[in-house]
This record gives sequence, C-alpha cells and structure tokens, in this order.
Amino acid sequence: MSGFLNSSIGRKYTMALSAFFLMIFILQHFAINILSVLSPDTFNETSHFMGTNALIQYALQPVLLFGVIYHFVMGFILEIKNRNARAISYVKNNGAANSTWMSRNMIWSGGFILIFLIIHFLDFWFPEINTKYIQGDMSGLLADGEGYRYYEELTHKFEPIWRVALYCLGFVFLSLHLLHGFSSAFQSVGANNKYTKGLKGFGKAYAILIPLGFIFIALFHHFNH
Amino acid sequence: MNLTLKIWRQKGPQDKGKMVEYKVTEISEHMSFLEMMDVLNEQLTNKGDDPVAFDHDCREGICGMCSMYINGEAHGPDRGVTTCQLHMRMFKDGDTITIEPFRAKAFPVIKDLVIDRSSFERIQQAGGYISVNTSGNTQDANAIPIDKHAADTAMDAATCIGCGACVASCKNSSAMLFVGAKVSQYALLPQGQVEATDRVKNMVAQMDLEGFGNCTNTGACEVECPKGISLENIARMNREFFAASIKG
Repeated sequence: MSGFLNSSIGRKYTMALSAFFLMIFILQHFAINILSVLSPDTFNETSHFMGTNALIQYALQPVLLFGVIYHFVMGFILEIKNRNARAISYVKNNGAANSTWMSRNMIWSGGFILIFLIIHFLDFWFPEINTKYIQGDMSGLLADGEGYRYYEELTHKFEPIWRVALYCLGFVFLSLHLLHGFSSAFQSVGANNKYTKGLKGFGKAYAILIPLGFIFIALFHHFNH
Repeated sequence: MNLTLKIWRQKGPQDKGKMVEYKVTEISEHMSFLEMMDVLNEQLTNKGDDPVAFDHDCREGICGMCSMYINGEAHGPDRGVTTCQLHMRMFKDGDTITIEPFRAKAFPVIKDLVIDRSSFERIQQAGGYISVNTSGNTQDANAIPIDKHAADTAMDAATCIGCGACVASCKNSSAMLFVGAKVSQYALLPQGQVEATDRVKNMVAQMDLEGFGNCTNTGACEVECPKGISLENIARMNREFFAASIKG
C-alpha cells in the first residue's frame, strides 16, 4: 500500500479523500453558523455541545486538523512537482482555450484560503483552545456567568469592517476553489459516469451557495450589532 | 496570406534555444500548416539558412508525429485535428503565429520543434500489451463474445495516437490521458484481464519515473486531444490502479 500512497494516482486519491472530508466539515460548519442568525440560543447550545463533546473534541477534531494540514501540504508538494515537470515555460500559452481559470489556479485560491484559515484560527480556534484546555474553563459561560459566551464572541468578532471584508474575500476564494475542486475530487477517485453531469451541477451549487451563506452570516452580524 | 512566424529555434538538446521571427508570403488558405512550414523551409534553404526541423510522417492525422504548440495550443486553434490537419484558413492575412515544441521535462527537445517522446514508448513497454501466442494457433478474436458498449469504448481509447498533445496542454505536463487510454483499451476487453493488475501498476510506475506531472483534472488534455480521448479513461485508470494496489 505504500507504493500506492507514493504514486501520482495514490496522491490524487488521498487529496480527494481529504477534500471530501473537508467539504462535509464545511457543510456542518455552515449548518451551525447559520443558527447564529436563526436562533442565538440554539447556536449557543450547539456550539457548547460541539466544544465539549469528547468524541468531537478528541477524535474528530484531530482528524479534521490532520485533513486540513494534509490537504495543504500535499497540495503544495504536488504543485512543486508539477512545476518541475516542465522546465521551460511556453512563450505563448492560451490556457483559457481549454480549461477554466479556477482549475488552473487551485494553488492560488488554496493559498489565499490558507491565509484566511490562519486568521480564522487566530480569531476563533486558538482562543477557544486557550479557554478550554489552558485556562481549564469548560463551562462555556460568559465572564459574568449569565448564559453561554459563543454568540457574544461571534458577533463581537464581526464588528470591525476590515475583518468582515477579509472573511468575505476568504469565502470568495473558497468558492473559486470549490468550483473546480468539488467535481475534481470525484474524478480523482475514479467516479466519472452517467451521474457526473448532475454531480457537476450540484458541485457548482455547493461551491456558490455555501460560501455565499458564510458571507451572509458575516454581513448579518456586522450590520445588526 | 502574408504571415509573421515566431518559431522556437534550438540547435540541439544542449542548446539554450530562442524564438526567431520569420516572414512568409503568398500562403494559400487551402494549405495545411505543415505545407506552410514547407514553404518557409524552402525560403530558408534558398537563402542558405538552416531549415526549421519539425516532425512529420503520415500527414493525415494518424502517426501523431507533428507536435507543434501553435499560438498557445497543442496542434493549434482547431479542435480534433493534429498539426498536419490544421489548415491555414484558421488564420488571417497579417497574423503573427507563435510556434513552439511540446514542452515537458519528459519530452526533451532534440532540435527546433522536434521532441523525444520515447518516454511514451517506455510506458507502453511497461505494460501496454497483452501476451498472446502468435505462432499460428491464435484463437479467432470473434470467438470471444464482447459487449458492444465495451468494445466501442475500448476502440475509442485505442484511437489514441500518442502524439503527446495531452502532456503539452496540461499545465502540469501530466501524461494521465495517454496512460489512461492505453490502460482502458485493454481493461475493457476480456483479453486484457489476465495482466490487468500488473499492467496498470507498471505503466503508472513508469509514468511517474519518467517525470510527468500529476493530473489536477483541468480537462485541457481532453479538449486539445486530436482524437477526442475522454477524461473517463483517467477515471477508469484511477479505479484500476486502486483495485490493483488493493490486490497487491
């Protein structure tokens, strides 16, 4: 199996599998975040459950982190290998004649998503880890003890316009990445059949609607708080 | 038509190479692209200059030798054709045409527009065949029932002429469309099943060894392929390779 994992096709498979996992995670992340618009109380309760459930925290969270790191690291490794496969570039290359901009620039959209993700982790994930596992406060309550802190923290983060703009830009790049990545992941695992056309349509809808939903949430909290 | 040509000139494999500009006049729109190159070479020869080296053989879209990257596309702006089938009617009087060799580390330039595609042959030698005793007692092929759809799909894959346009068009210089087609043409037929596991593993291993890049599914290869080889062949190769790796 090590031969498979070190082969060009094996790497495609593992990139696709990590992509599937991340796409499911993004959907779940959106489903919880939209609760902050629909029902702050439900958002608080769900966030507390996600943040304190042992299975999620100690089993799924490490898998997620591994998936994120693997997808980025392998993406950059493959990009370097691919660039090395053509020592001299074309003087004139009309890439737009045969492929989409998104498919040719996955490394750039992915790179911007990485920058966004670092900012996102600094904003939410690291403070959360600090509160729970360094300070040891697993209560999820506000400093005054009056209710959960999650909704307050979320809305507070979206007060500065620069952060909202940055998040919107990050989601635009996520959309561009998914517009190619969604269907590409299925092709990589060998799924190209009579359902491919429909799957591509679903992928486009996913790639546009989910990031658009995240943008809506950021704008909603900025203009309502 | 009067045209300006910007052509990659390289004296040999070790030469750095550069783009050189030429003017050609009185080109008929009915000429093929290679005939236009013949006119240029005649002009150069008459002037005592070194003619532009380019590969060609059948000039009817079958041999896959005429590997030119024309105005940023493998085999030029037309679809479903090789360079020899590209006609000058695709261009306008006064156009500037950029002509380069197919670029990939696994396709080193021999001279000018001539490249070495023996990496494709080594991939074929690694597994692109079936072992059949041809000493006179070969079974009639029609004696083996084959599903019509499978036969047609295998034939579609087998139309790959190994020209390398897929590699040239791919931003990663990936050879997966070529290898996918060669794997598929056997994988779909009963005669190919006996060596299926070793075939895909050995061909993919050789492909990786030759230094081709990874496929990122841009689909450029499928668009530029003169024989319309489908991306389904890459997906089939991926499935075959996964199944072969599980078998061990």
